[in-house]
Amino acid sequence: MIQYKNTEVKIGGLTLKNPVMPASGAFGAEMEQAIDFNKLGAIVPKSITKHPQPGNAKPRVCETNAGMINSIGIQSKGLDYYLEHTIPQFETYDSPLIASISAESVEEFAEMASVLGNHKSVSALELNISCPNLKGNGQAFGMDPEDTFALISKARKVTDRPLIAKLTPNVTDIQEIAIAAEAGGADGLNVANTLLAMSIDVETRKPRIGNVMGGLSGPAVKPVIVRMIYQVSQVSSLPIIGCGGIMNGKDAIEMIIAGASAVQVGTASFIQPTALTDILSEMQEYMEKHGIDDIHDLIGSIEI
Amino acid sequence: MKQYEAPVLFNRQVSERYWHIAIDTSMMHEAVEPGQFFHVRCADVDSPFLRRPLSVYQIHENTIEFLYLVKGKGTTEMTRIREGETLDVLGPLGKGFELYKQSETVLLVARGVGIATLAAVAQAAFIQGSRCVAVLSARTNEDLLAAEYLEDFGAEVHKVTEEDGTSDVGNVRDIIETDIMARHTIDSIYTCGSRRLSKLSQSISSTFGIPGEIALEEHMGCAMGACFACVCDIREADTLKSVRVCIDGPVFPLNKVVIE
Ligand SMILES: Cc1cc2nc3c(=O)[nH]c(=O)nc-3n(C[C@H](O)[C@H](O)[C@H](O)COP(=O)(O)O)c2cc1C
Repeated sequence: MIQYKNTEVKIGGLTLKNPVMPASGAFGAEMEQAIDFNKLGAIVPKSITKHPQPGNAKPRVCETNAGMINSIGIQSKGLDYYLEHTIPQFETYDSPLIASISAESVEEFAEMASVLGNHKSVSALELNISCPNLKGNGQAFGMDPEDTFALISKARKVTDRPLIAKLTPNVTDIQEIAIAAEAGGADGLNVANTLLAMSIDVETRKPRIGNVMGGLSGPAVKPVIVRMIYQVSQVSSLPIIGCGGIMNGKDAIEMIIAGASAVQVGTASFIQPTALTDILSEMQEYMEKHGIDDIHDLIGSIEI
Repeated sequence: MKQYEAPVLFNRQVSERYWHIAIDTSMMHEAVEPGQFFHVRCADVDSPFLRRPLSVYQIHENTIEFLYLVKGKGTTEMTRIREGETLDVLGPLGKGFELYKQSETVLLVARGVGIATLAAVAQAAFIQGSRCVAVLSARTNEDLLAAEYLEDFGAEVHKVTEEDGTSDVGNVRDIIETDIMARHTIDSIYTCGSRRLSKLSQSISSTFGIPGEIALEEHMGCAMGACFACVCDIREADTLKSVRVCIDGPVFPLNKVVIE
């Protein structure tokens, strides 16, 4: 039997009973048939946009070596639907609800942050700053430190709830973005979203994703993410949520040792619907085996 | 939806491109309907690692059989599974076919691996006492594997292939409209496996006022409704509604589906 180990972690004012939560876009209500949502550190539904949007051309996913590319395009039913249906669906669980927001401009981010960031059932906001800034040059907010700062500081003004910035890994210098997000008032950093990728069918010479390019996730990206967590932890004191390629408890522990306080799991749930809770028990087993009573003794414990 | 490690009873090659696998489902207590599918882990490795949706081919008391086309890495890995090993399956998933009880004669229009999906319908139709007429299309005659299985259920089978130069839609329409419909009153239509044949089935369905259903084959991610990879549009009144093939389908009313 596994003894009780302290797996509680904090992100700003939010306490998570354990560090394992789903990655946005790879989690849905139907997964309740496989796992007990009350066991999750938090619940993170798919990113929501202000207006309904249809999503991208098909195929929307393809498999690559030890990974997958997706370009779903944030198919969304809009903020009103989210308030009326998605939140009520998830607010009944013991696990806190973290709302992931996508928007096309700083103003729209702030508008959505003020609605969701003052809703009684939303415990924290995750700002998906990996989406393109349509008012700017179309590149993702999170690719530019000034855009990142502007976005987070604007959102900071309209809500007291913890703000998590979900960084994009598609940058030259992740540290500079992390610093900007912290300066803007973020309470936590999610490292990171998917890696921009592309795959071609050599028989037809067509891209294997309808939208030509998409985001790479799964085991293939994990070493890149571990590196980024380590780099971000060097320059920021904010809690980091490691995300990308976690398939088992050891992968999660690796990110914690690199400097993450919590983890998110996406693609693994597609292969193993019980992945989230399996990973949590494997982390507890690791702690047991290594005589670690408190997860904080592991966070950033890399020995160089 | 449940996950099972189902013992493999056999896994054998049945033609150049097709394999046939059977699993023991005695531990499964849910009923499995024609048109439903299982999300199958092809191999316990990092690459390929995504599951593949396989629709049920034959449903028996304690076994389920699948017919699969060896196309990419996942299905190639599957061919290595041996009798006595287990197959990691998630299912049964999705909404299956609803046979119209009053159908005396059912028309099946299928192509390629879609033939396997409709074979399960032929079986169910036989059990409820309906007669089946099937038009089966494939690249080669060798690929028309399930034809015999359908004939065992008393189906009248029409085969068309690229090999024989008979698989063009015009010819299939002729076979249905001038031969089959001259001899039978078709009460319902079921289709799977080809965009062109699906459009033809829709046209026959609306021209002659025959109800029907279609099973869609889509690239899937999670197969649990979470990822929105396998969407399609459904026409409802004057509006289009985006639905998820994995949980809202894969079977839909024939004339509601927008075929791209
Ligand atoms: C199908 C799919 C949809 C996704 N949708 C979103 C989304 O809406 N918002 C978001 O911030 N990230 C989204 N992501 C990215 C994941 O949240 C996560 O950052 C990424 O998949 C890496 O983690 P993983 O390797 O554990 O899957 C999506 C990923 C996948 C595979």
